[in-house]
Amino acid sequence: MNHFLTEEQQMIKETAHEIAVKKIKPVAIEYDEKNEFPWEIQKVIAEAGLCGVYISEEYGGMVPAGEHGIMNLVIAVEELSKECGGISLCLAATALGTIPILLFGTEEQKQKYLPSIASGETVAAFAVTEAGAGSDAGSIQTTAVKDADSYILNGTKQWITNGEVAGTYVIIAMTDKSRGARGATAFIVEKGTPGFTFGKKEDKMGIRASATYELVFEDCKVPAENILGKVGMGFMVAMKTFDMSRPGVAAQALGIAAGALNDAVDYARQREQFGHHIIANQGLRFLLADMSMKVETSRAIVYAVARSIDSGDLKCAKESAIAKCYASDMAMEVTTDAVQVFGGYGYMKEYPMEKRMRDAKITQIYEGTNQIQRDVIGHQLVKEAASRK
Amino acid sequence: MNIVVCIKQVPDSGDVKINPETKTLMREGVDAVINPFDCYALEEGVRLKERFGGTVTAISMGPPQAEKALRETISLGADKAVLVSDRAFAGSDTLATSYALSTAIKKFGVVDIIITGKQAIDGDTAQVGPGIAVHLDMPQITYVRKIEELADGKIRAERMTEEGYDVVEADLPVLISVVKEINEPRIASLKGKMSARKAEIPTWSAEFVGADPKQLGLDGSPTMVVEVYAPPARKGGKTLEGEPAEMAEQLVTELKELQII
Ligand SMILES: Cc1cc2nc3c(=O)[nH]c(=O)nc-3n(C[C@H](O)[C@H](O)[C@H](O)COP(=O)(O)OP(=O)(O)OC[C@H]3O[C@@H](n4cnc5c(N)ncnc54)[C@H](O)[C@@H]3O)c2cc1C
Ligand SMILES: Cc1cc2nc3c(=O)[nH]c(=O)nc-3n(C[C@H](O)[C@H](O)[C@H](O)COP(=O)(O)OP(=O)(O)OC[C@H]3O[C@@H](n4cnc5c(N)ncnc54)[C@H](O)[C@@H]3O)c2cc1C
Repeated sequence: MNHFLTEEQQMIKETAHEIAVKKIKPVAIEYDEKNEFPWEIQKVIAEAGLCGVYISEEYGGMVPAGEHGIMNLVIAVEELSKECGGISLCLAATALGTIPILLFGTEEQKQKYLPSIASGETVAAFAVTEAGAGSDAGSIQTTAVKDADSYILNGTKQWITNGEVAGTYVIIAMTDKSRGARGATAFIVEKGTPGFTFGKKEDKMGIRASATYELVFEDCKVPAENILGKVGMGFMVAMKTFDMSRPGVAAQALGIAAGALNDAVDYARQREQFGHHIIANQGLRFLLADMSMKVETSRAIVYAVARSIDSGDLKCAKESAIAKCYASDMAMEVTTDAVQVFGGYGYMKEYPMEKRMRDAKITQIYEGTNQIQRDVIGHQLVKEAASRK
Repeated sequence: MNIVVCIKQVPDSGDVKINPETKTLMREGVDAVINPFDCYALEEGVRLKERFGGTVTAISMGPPQAEKALRETISLGADKAVLVSDRAFAGSDTLATSYALSTAIKKFGVVDIIITGKQAIDGDTAQVGPGIAVHLDMPQITYVRKIEELADGKIRAERMTEEGYDVVEADLPVLISVVKEINEPRIASLKGKMSARKAEIPTWSAEFVGADPKQLGLDGSPTMVVEVYAPPARKGGKTLEGEPAEMAEQLVTELKELQII
């Protein structure tokens, strides 16, 4: 199908594809077993120039000044995820930590932090979640108390992707609990800041090549110039960031599913039972056809939303939520069916399918569970209806 | 440092098939790619440039389509590329090919190191690199698996042999041919691909490089291909069965019978 990619996007796709096949595929199962961050792949992605595909040219990326590059990001993440939905987070989760700086950073902050992210030297992360604050982000307990020209952070963030490996973190903390949702502020915190350490490393079901850590702040002093946006805008920063980053999760889900479909078709063409290849059974081809319809419809919505954002339509809460929710539910279905196509082999760790099913699951949970996505979509529907009158 | 890398465009397949009628390579429907060994030569050239500065120039002698392979060398880090192409080259054997390439390389002026692949996967002779070195009257180190040192007008390299490796030293300028153990070629970067898209690749004719027509094409090729055939497939060997000690005994007996030991 012709997706009308620009020449640059075609190059991004080819480059990411080559990395996925030549560099990621041979090591995906090994990283999954070792539960380790794939620095060697991060280096390959960086040298190929993929880390800057969604960052402006002024800061070392490849997006013309003043424009957005979410479609570029989506294409790269999709291709990388075809071979490993965990390793692709080197890029996708760094984007989550970078988008708030792109959207709300001052010129000085952008000059300081973006070039090393665009070149791939630095990995980034974004931290809202705490033990008692998941879907209910408004109940975070981490505090930031003003002290002359600085803020003192205290508290623990939980399950932070790229934790420990990232050099740059965007942290949402409460500067004024009495103001509720308007009492949170976003800070850029650098690794190595005194009082900022890492707690537990998580042992996860899937995306095991991705590092997930606790971030611990004990009287951690952060200069006021590291505030992103304004004091009190923390949740706004978080929500606007998610609106723009969710197509990235959708692309991760899409890639995992598309990779599963490719392998399932190849397998069905080669596995023999009852004296013929199993793909000769119409019942199995129907299953593959359904998988294909799901992958293609997801790709259509994910690309459409990414392009809409790139065109400058940043009021995209509903559309981003649709892309993320639709593609991730699809990925869970398609990977489950792909295991089915592989039969018992699909259930074995020696084959790439059971991992894909484990990897797909996270896309329904993070950056807002799919229940929360439906909640966002529903609220937007009400708003739209109210404004029609 | 002025680095020249020689690349050949070859059919994309390790096991090229031979047409049993005409005894020639069957190239139809097979994509053309950079000879795999030449990718290692290019990578080594680009790494030398990254270490010592200078320029990497890729050169290929071949038909106009070889421009595609040269464009790819730019995406992989070469600074410029030159295609040497002329009807006068048609029918050249390895002697004529290396002569033609050497005349083109002379046009570059000062060259410090020329890097070729160990061999081309289609022609397979491994003669072109050494031929160029002889035409240019420079030392050559073949089958290089590692450059140990490159300084003060000298190179020291490890040359792979069947038993292990030799350490060879030579003066610059030098020609080396490389084996795949030498490095792991990079993946073309987005920046490289953009430069490749814009690069201008000149085509140099036989006249332009000042090659003597008598040393080119069929006239300049003393090699005669008498016959080309696919070697007969090897028959399976004999498998011994039983306990290890019994099998060893039987093996020795049979080898003695065959007067091998
Ligand atoms: C591997 C991994 C990586 C992560 N990376 C990051 C990261 O980098 N940064 C970060 O900040 N966070 C990260 N998270 C946290 C993630 O965003 C949260 O797990 C997620 O938002 C859900 O919160 P929770 O797990 O506390 O679930 P809960 O909020 O406790 O939800 C439990 C269940 O209740 C449902 N539920 C809750 N509220 C409602 C509602 N209002 N209506 C209907 N159903 C509801 C949920 O959908 C879910 O099914 C990560 C999590 C994981 C597992
Ligand atoms: C009698 C005869 C007639 C021939 N006629 C033709 C013909 O009409 N058309 C035709 O296409 N071929 C013809 N050939 C084949 C041609 O001579 C060889 O393909 C060529 O000389 C390269 O030899 P090779 O493939 O064995 O390369 P090798 O010597 O194995 O290559 C070693 C290295 O030399 C370099 N190299 C080799 N060839 C080139 C090149 N062309 N440009 C730049 N670098 C190079 C590469 O770095 C390569 O890794 C003929 C050969 C013979 C013997």
